[in-house]
Amino acid sequence: MLTKEQIAKRIAKEVKNGQYINLGIGIPTLVANYIPKDLDVVLQSENGLLGIGPFPTVDKVDPDLINAGKQTITMVRGSALFNSAESFAMIRGGHVHLTILGAMEVSENGDIANWKIPGKMVKGMGGAMDLVASAENIIVAMQHCSKDGQSKLLPECSLPITGIRCVKKIVSDLAVLEVSPEGGFILKERAPGVSVKEIQARTSGKLIIEGEIPEMAFE
Amino acid sequence: MINKTVKNATEAVADIPGNCMLMMGGFGLSGIPENCIQALLAKDISGLTIVSNNAGVDDFGIGLLLKKRMVKKMISSYVGENAEFERQLLSGELEVDLIPQGTLAERVRAGGAGIPAFFTPAGVGTEVAEGKEIREFEGKLYLMERWLRADFSIVKAWKGDTSGNLIFKGTARNFNPMMAAAGKICIAEVEELVQPGELDPNQIHTPGIYVQRIFQGENYEKRIEQRTVTQ
Repeated sequence: MLTKEQIAKRIAKEVKNGQYINLGIGIPTLVANYIPKDLDVVLQSENGLLGIGPFPTVDKVDPDLINAGKQTITMVRGSALFNSAESFAMIRGGHVHLTILGAMEVSENGDIANWKIPGKMVKGMGGAMDLVASAENIIVAMQHCSKDGQSKLLPECSLPITGIRCVKKIVSDLAVLEVSPEGGFILKERAPGVSVKEIQARTSGKLIIEGEIPEMAFE
Repeated sequence: MINKTVKNATEAVADIPGNCMLMMGGFGLSGIPENCIQALLAKDISGLTIVSNNAGVDDFGIGLLLKKRMVKKMISSYVGENAEFERQLLSGELEVDLIPQGTLAERVRAGGAGIPAFFTPAGVGTEVAEGKEIREFEGKLYLMERWLRADFSIVKAWKGDTSGNLIFKGTARNFNPMMAAAGKICIAEVEELVQPGELDPNQIHTPGIYVQRIFQGENYEKRIEQRTVTQ
């Protein structure tokens, strides 16, 4: 099984040169640490920044410079700042190439649920619904099963949906999977030491297995 | 130039009545109008409907107004950092309208720009779409969202001049410019108030036409929610 850092590391391999990328809160934020240095990419923060840099040193902490998770950050050279309407114009307008976000559930047709658990405190969707409605490529970082062992890759989402037919790829602690346009999770890679059988047992949505499934490679 | 200066926050918010609709800029605690929030706290009003991306934290920002039970309804995209908020919501004392963040920004923008409604893909197929008109454009579904306007909008800028031209700093800009335009009366508090001509016209983010009152704030705390640092 992959650690959170390994999930982030595996997702970082999906990043391509020249992309503008929005990283969600949690594991997706960690992806920034593993993007190869020789790639030129720009990270978007939906509260109004293109060009997120690393966390500041103590003396450079600026309350007027935070990311969408309200963490203090820095700007890389050549950054741009803008207002929230402009930020979501670039998101809805399809200018952000890749969105990486967490999920509570994904269905086999690519629906995602990640904002609300009925009966529990509702905190809000933030920018998630705008992001999933518009991004051309959405990769989900998630745990394959809940803490009590229930699969989170389902025939249909049981929780309130954030967006429909939008997830393209999933990197879980057990596997890399693609969502088939015809419906179903296409198994692409296994986490080291995890068998196809185990993934099958822990996936309640339709799992498509074609040929030998390679193990993920980590440098 | 028209001089829009008022003395301080107390004077700026003096005529804000209870049961009105207020917009407040800020994302998290970044770019919130700290001085006006304090001045509102000192007033004996309630029943406010507040449009703001977030609801502050328990002991800072809009959280202070909630604690004093001045707020009837919040219109926000994310309200997760506030225990008193949660208590009032669960007990039915507070109404909340949760809106996708981009839709919230665009509804406010539309309000200031005179666009009564628009179509967005955000929320299609979700409970956000319930009761809203859905229409297909070039093979994709969109839902109709309406503008948001307010009796008063309160914004915080880095620098401003006495005629209301504003410049923001960093990610403290966020919802402030759209809200400035969407309030019938916009109050701007700034860290540094200067005379017309001292700000470069090329660098103005919000033109003064949208601002009715301006003052230089004081004692900005600028509290940080998540202090993350590199060693």
